[in-house]
Amino acid sequence: MVVAERKPLNELLEMVQPYKKILVAGCKGCVTVCNAGGKKEVEILASELRIARKKEGQEPDVKEITLERQCDPEYMDQLTEVIKDRDAVLSIACSVGPQYIAGRFDDKVVFPGLNTTFIGGSLEHGVFAEFCQACGACGIHNFGGLCPIARCSKSLLNGPCGGSSKGKCEISKEVDCVWQLIYDRLNRLGQMDRLTRVIPCKDWTTSRDGGPRKTIREDLKL
Amino acid sequence: MKSGSQLEKVLTGGHFAVTGECGPPRNANPDIVRQKAAHLRGMVDSVNVTDNQTAVVRMSSLAGCLILMQEGLEPNLQMVVRDRNRIAIQSDILGAYALGVRNMLCLSGDHQKFGDHPSSKNVFDLDSMQLIQTVKKMRDDGKFINDQEIEFPPKMFIGAAANPFADPAEFRAVRLGKKVAAGVDFVQTQCIYNLDRFEKFMQQVRDMGIDEKVYILGGVTPMKSVGMANYMKNLVPGMDVPEEVINRMKGVGKKDQAKEGIAIAVETIQRLKEMKGIAGVHVMAIEWEERVPEIVEMAGLLPRPQV
Amino acid sequence: MRLQYPTNIRVIMVPCTGRVDVIHLLNAIEEGADGIYVAGCLEGDCHYISGNLKARKRVGQVKKILTELGLEPERVEMYNLSAAQGPRFAEIAREMTEKIKNLGPSPIGQKAKAA
Repeated sequence: MVVAERKPLNELLEMVQPYKKILVAGCKGCVTVCNAGGKKEVEILASELRIARKKEGQEPDVKEITLERQCDPEYMDQLTEVIKDRDAVLSIACSVGPQYIAGRFDDKVVFPGLNTTFIGGSLEHGVFAEFCQACGACGIHNFGGLCPIARCSKSLLNGPCGGSSKGKCEISKEVDCVWQLIYDRLNRLGQMDRLTRVIPCKDWTTSRDGGPRKTIREDLKL
Repeated sequence: MKSGSQLEKVLTGGHFAVTGECGPPRNANPDIVRQKAAHLRGMVDSVNVTDNQTAVVRMSSLAGCLILMQEGLEPNLQMVVRDRNRIAIQSDILGAYALGVRNMLCLSGDHQKFGDHPSSKNVFDLDSMQLIQTVKKMRDDGKFINDQEIEFPPKMFIGAAANPFADPAEFRAVRLGKKVAAGVDFVQTQCIYNLDRFEKFMQQVRDMGIDEKVYILGGVTPMKSVGMANYMKNLVPGMDVPEEVINRMKGVGKKDQAKEGIAIAVETIQRLKEMKGIAGVHVMAIEWEERVPEIVEMAGLLPRPQV
Repeated sequence: MRLQYPTNIRVIMVPCTGRVDVIHLLNAIEEGADGIYVAGCLEGDCHYISGNLKARKRVGQVKKILTELGLEPERVEMYNLSAAQGPRFAEIAREMTEKIKNLGPSPIGQKAKAA
């Protein structure tokens, strides 16, 4: 899933400060799963905004909505009515959401309520980690099923580097050396020969370096 | 001859090679490089010029190399893949050769987190292994990475680093073998303080026949003080400084610690000279170039061969 | 026992304090409550294993939010006591009431009444 985290409240209060009628818009997709932007978080943020405004002596006008997804044009329709009288929208989807709202509603100011952090998964309740960098050409089978591009600090394809120590990365003892994990796993799989071949230079054109990306499925297009 | 460099001639001539190191200044003053050059002249066969080492901005390695050449020393251009994509890398190789550089050391480079610009984007378009392949391809095939022909190809003597003390330990020799397969001609190791562990590494290297395919130069860094020894032990990733080395430094008075550090370095060189599969030493006297002459003198490495 | 405790406390019963969420506490603040406390079972005695521990974490979260909003985090508290500790219940009620009285009325409550 896409993992995101809420921006600090003060940053959000400052963003929406000039606007009276606010809509807090959540998303039932990834950000619900990572507890950053689902219905529950919409309720909490809206309540925080109301308390803040009451404290300033203002009568708060904050509406709430949580869309099925904020990354599909058809679900944007759910916003059409509620957004009409709003001065600003605070979207707590991943950064795709506020961009969709901005693209659909020309006259509405949109703010991102989250920092979109990475593509990853949960390690335990409340702990999330990065697993994929969306390079666009998956080759993790060469590495025992683990991704050195996302999980090695240097994205080395022929690691581990000289900074690997006791299974940890040189940048921090909190960071696993994925190359140690790859090494251990290939060892168990009896595929050590994979480690003796030099992996050649990667073609990054399928990654962000090749410019903004698009996938077209002719079989699905109407 | 692959490149015709002095270092290549010394090594292929069967001599025990000695290389030195020069870290360029964090400013634009060429005289600092010249001063360091003066200490190393006649003492070593070739001088590595570091490339923004520990990710701290310094005068470029290539500029440092050029100044060394003006001073009559043969440089070894260090290049890290952290700061350049494949375009800049190949461009710098062409430029370095055009200016007379004949040796290159291919490195990943320390992560910028350690440096003075931790917020920078890292490139790592290639890794050190792929950099070796690239320099070799340019030299032997006369081609760029994209297979286009190079009309006048750069012919470099290709070096790489090896850290026998990083983990997983048993993979280190294998990875060195990979660098050899990628096309490396000589290897300079991480600073050696744990000679017993290094022996084990070399045994594995010899068992795999790697020492017959590449020239291995053992890395030696004299320690100035107990403080430096502790720093190396605790804060430099992939460094193995055994307790007995620390204790030996501690065992002498503060004013004699530098002398003791140099004695340890000389003894290390003497053991490396006797070690099968070791073709030379790489003396990295960090901001201490003025002590290199006495180290190589005491280790019996003078005069340097004229080849 | 017919113990006396301050009359300004409104008791909301839940099956387990694990049911009390951040939003419930925030809503109370929003509606003008001067203080809120969650009275859960003794730690280690939760019938649902960890309901009271979760409640304590959520109270901590609300304290953080109140601080960010420039309100006193002491307006929300977590207490643990067993159903057999009637005198302790009355004591906590008096203690919390005293504390809130010292803090004075919530600025949100004032505004809410004025509006």
